[in-house]
Amino acid sequence: MSKRRVVISGLGIINALGADKDEYFNGLLEGKVGIDRIKSFDPVSFSCQVGGEAPEVKVNKFLPKSHRKAAKLMSRDIIFAVIATDSAMKDAGLKTRADNPDGPIDIEPTRSGVNIGAGTMCCDLEELTLAACECVDGDKFDMKKWGAEGMNNLTPLWMLKYLPNMPSCHISIIYDLQGPSNAITSGEVSGMLAINEAYRHIASDKADIMITGGAENRINAMGQIRHCLMDRLNTKDNDNPAGSCRPFDANANGVVQGDGGAMVILEEYQRATQRGAEIYAELKGFGSSYNQSNYIDCEADGKGCEIAMQAALNQAGLKPEDIDLIIPNGIGRIADDKAEATAIKKVFGELAGEIPVLATKSRIGICGAGASAIDFATAALIIKNGKVPANINCDNQSLGLNMPTTVTEAEIKNVLVTCYSHGGQTAAAVIGK
Amino acid sequence: MTKRVVITGMGLVTPLGFDVETVWQALMDCQCGIEMIELFDASTFPTKFAAQVSKDFNFLDGLPEQLRNNHKHATRNSGFMIGAALQAWQQANLPAPGSNDTNDVDMPRVGIYLGAGEGPLAFDSFINACVFSWNKEKRQMDWKQWGQIANEQMEVNSEIEQEANMPAAHLANLFGTRGPCYSCLTACAASTQAIGEATEMIRNGEADILITGGAHSMIHPLGVTGFNRLTALSTRNDDIKTSSRPFDVDRDGFVLGEGAGAIIIESLESAQKRGATILAEIIGYGSTADAFRVTDQHDEGRGGTAAVKLALADAGITPADVDYISAHGTSTSENDSIETKVIKNAFGDQAYKTPVSSVKSMLGHLIAAAGVTELVTCVLAIRDQVLPPTINLQNPDPVCDLDYVPNAPRKAKVKIAMSNSFGFGGQNNTLIIKEFSE
Repeated sequence: MSKRRVVISGLGIINALGADKDEYFNGLLEGKVGIDRIKSFDPVSFSCQVGGEAPEVKVNKFLPKSHRKAAKLMSRDIIFAVIATDSAMKDAGLKTRADNPDGPIDIEPTRSGVNIGAGTMCCDLEELTLAACECVDGDKFDMKKWGAEGMNNLTPLWMLKYLPNMPSCHISIIYDLQGPSNAITSGEVSGMLAINEAYRHIASDKADIMITGGAENRINAMGQIRHCLMDRLNTKDNDNPAGSCRPFDANANGVVQGDGGAMVILEEYQRATQRGAEIYAELKGFGSSYNQSNYIDCEADGKGCEIAMQAALNQAGLKPEDIDLIIPNGIGRIADDKAEATAIKKVFGELAGEIPVLATKSRIGICGAGASAIDFATAALIIKNGKVPANINCDNQSLGLNMPTTVTEAEIKNVLVTCYSHGGQTAAAVIGK
Repeated sequence: MTKRVVITGMGLVTPLGFDVETVWQALMDCQCGIEMIELFDASTFPTKFAAQVSKDFNFLDGLPEQLRNNHKHATRNSGFMIGAALQAWQQANLPAPGSNDTNDVDMPRVGIYLGAGEGPLAFDSFINACVFSWNKEKRQMDWKQWGQIANEQMEVNSEIEQEANMPAAHLANLFGTRGPCYSCLTACAASTQAIGEATEMIRNGEADILITGGAHSMIHPLGVTGFNRLTALSTRNDDIKTSSRPFDVDRDGFVLGEGAGAIIIESLESAQKRGATILAEIIGYGSTADAFRVTDQHDEGRGGTAAVKLALADAGITPADVDYISAHGTSTSENDSIETKVIKNAFGDQAYKTPVSSVKSMLGHLIAAAGVTELVTCVLAIRDQVLPPTINLQNPDPVCDLDYVPNAPRKAKVKIAMSNSFGFGGQNNTLIIKEFSE
């Protein structure tokens, strides 16, 4: 049985550079940086005080009337996924149940699904604390009072705002997607693994359209403190946010986190062409593996990254010289970047110093479960526009990668996107014209 | 042709024991694993009981000394997962963890796919940072103070372990796997979905061997709070041993459980090449979404019915071929009546002839780990030709009128078994397994 071809026919992105894919991509081309001092809470006592916060956007204008009541059940993670999906659907030119409650639609519900990478969502700490603040006995939290009275201050549906399957759930309801529905929770590679699984659903004829990607609200007090405690974040550039994330740079000072996500519409190739969809790119190959380490640092030689990249090339049937651009994880933490560069050199050999590399984290930070989906969508935008944004904050290259610092216009045929999580999961994808 | 997928190892850590045979015997004896909550002071909570894994379980006991360091910080769910996976890995006769001799097993072709939960919140440091940083006059958080308390009281390893990808990370680390490493978390359907998608990966040649299943523990203050606020839990505090009553007219909610289940699945070729003992074959998988409401299942069971039908079609069988259905059977008013509709919708008249039972009546609801645990009982039902019962079924609900194997196990001819899982939020997953024959 030959596998069906799968193409990207629409995409939506939200992150620190904007709540719209064009705003984001133009921001990249114009050299903008979305990283700033954290504003959503006062970070003064946190060791890292910078991050790429997504704009505050009212979700209602992205929702059909029928689903606006459910907006109160949406955490910021869910809102990111919903906004990115709305623009991806419109970008793909699909008539859906959301804007056509009764009329004809382009989506057969049972052949359409959703697969979204999600993080460990943090509840609204002020909402929880408002409910819990009376449950104190001297210098201790009073569990008895919480059980008897405090918990009743929480809205009954409180927990539903924070379940990782809820982005998928809301989106399946809004667009009437009754096919496969999953929520991948594999740290920073979640988005990419979700896309891979969605791809398989279409390739193996379980679905014709999949809405897939990832999103996470990493910039909240819990998300920030956890990564501060892990000693991964940049604590030295609190007064220099725009220069704080320096991928593959010899003077890099650590990771900067971001908010956001991306959603793509994957569609079976014949179907997409028949309805006249504008196709961004085709998915050609995927690979995934595991970095053996300590759940904080990347494996020193990036072995898990290497296996994933090689597998993606193999599945695509491509050689290193066929790749025109690499979008790496590139997080600005010296040991991790070195490990990833080592893996790239293993796979690409001598070409590793020639093929252009574009690191996006210097602009938007690493957006948790949404990070790899954003890079994937970025690759699609580059292929479609024939423009590669410039790298920034990488003036002191020592790892031997080719990181252009000017915008280049070129025909980009194939892009390799690769990522890893601090927990060890790795993934890579090849997409092409 | 896609590849055939078989089960070659199984492991369980549950409220009724921490190995497969002990748990199975307890189910045959109609034991109930529900006790008063000991993990925290729930004495004033609406629900004061749960099905907890015994304090006697210590996952580190099963690990060679030199491997303990990488896992010593594991929280409850990762610890349960390690315990269950070790049993499955050993039964499948895969290379001992930490050994250099991998017996021709190609590690980049071995992977993980779990439907596992987040680690329980480190509650004390979390709640202290919150309540002692609250500015009552302004009704807002003093973030500076919050950060200071968090920095002092939160412990890095414990924070890392709360991420939902950690159970899978522990397994990849322990067994040295280099293949795909996935986790999904579709609420109560998670581990069934993980097994189904893992099956698809092997069918499509993306891996040869996968450890799949899941783990979860939500028996912590905010977990019980969340479910109590949803009024999803039984509050039968005066008769806890009968509190989980799937399909009974007096059921009043589910009972929170915790634990883990793991199975080793591999391509038939891989199992035969290794000479592994094949326990069963996975022949069907169906996965759908209700796409209905955030808070409710579709009232006619539209998505569940579609999942069951897809699994039957995938297996190439008819309802009459199914000898047993392991129900989602949560003991909530909504689930059990809708699941009964689902079975009738998909099976027609055959629904009344096919026995259905819910081991949640004895184990409680293991949430993300429920599906794999129930699938393991399906394998055992085929092995021993006996069906586990639904206990506490004294007064069947008139709308639940199928054969639920009430109150005692039953000898039966079982060749093909089906397991259903329906997640809060609308994900529906069905697996079908079959006695193995070449």
